[in-house]
Amino acid sequence: MKRKFKNDLRLIGGILLVAIICFILFFATLEPGDFVQISVNGKAIKSFDLNKNTEFEIVTGENDEQINLLVIENGYAFIKSANCPDKICEHHIKIKNSGETIVCLPHKVVISIESVQYEN
Amino acid sequence: MKINIKKITLFGLLTAVSMVLSYVEMLLPPILAAVPGVKIGLPNIIIIFVLYKFTVKQAVIVSLLRVVMVTLLFGNAMVFIYSFAGAVLSICVMSMLKKINLFSVIGISVLGAVSHNVGQTIVAIIILQTKGIAFYMIPLLISGIVAGILIGILGGLLIKRFKKIKLC
Ligand SMILES: [Zn+2]
Repeated sequence: MKRKFKNDLRLIGGILLVAIICFILFFATLEPGDFVQISVNGKAIKSFDLNKNTEFEIVTGENDEQINLLVIENGYAFIKSANCPDKICEHHIKIKNSGETIVCLPHKVVISIESVQYEN
Repeated sequence: MKINIKKITLFGLLTAVSMVLSYVEMLLPPILAAVPGVKIGLPNIIIIFVLYKFTVKQAVIVSLLRVVMVTLLFGNAMVFIYSFAGAVLSICVMSMLKKINLFSVIGISVLGAVSHNVGQTIVAIIILQTKGIAFYMIPLLISGIVAGILIGILGGLLIKRFKKIKLC
């Protein structure tokens, strides 16, 4: 029993270590990006300048029934409103660093910050 | 063919309880709204219980049946792919750990929760083709540890209570 408990602790320690390494790797490579890219279904569809305030309605779905309202404001991008069931994208914190993403799983929409512009 | 009514009733009941726990979890407010997929994993209490009290095969059946039934009731096709990937990876990992007999129920539950999250994230990366989601791995690993310990303790209690009771 005691031996198993020790193994449990080692296992948890191992997972924590992996998490910490990922964390360091992620934040060591963090730098502000310049473009906001919208991808639907894994395909990039549009790109905006992160430093220009805009609003854009991302309409998806077979009958254009899925809507995510993307707002770019003061160098940050966020989803102001969405009609997806879980609203995770709407509650997501604002993003500005290259590589950061806001994902709407139900609508298969990904907002990502990039350092290069996607050719529209 | 011999049909054991007691067994059918028991596993029907266990599957139903795990479905109810899934539903209860849906009613809870999101723990970390910014990160999709952070959950306690209440249904895993039942899966772990079946894994210890019965066989791997039966735990797999209850686990997959729960995902299918919950999707039919509350979800859609997209949700099903994610839940299914998580459930399959989780039950495979837990069954393997149970067999090698190196960890207690808490260790098994932790790796079950973590692999559930890893499975879902991998599927999300494949479907959305964005490596950016890999970042979510960090909070998901941490929350998997916390949730896994909690569920492991609860599952352990349940297994202990039923130790002397023969269910079928
Ligand atoms: Zn959404």
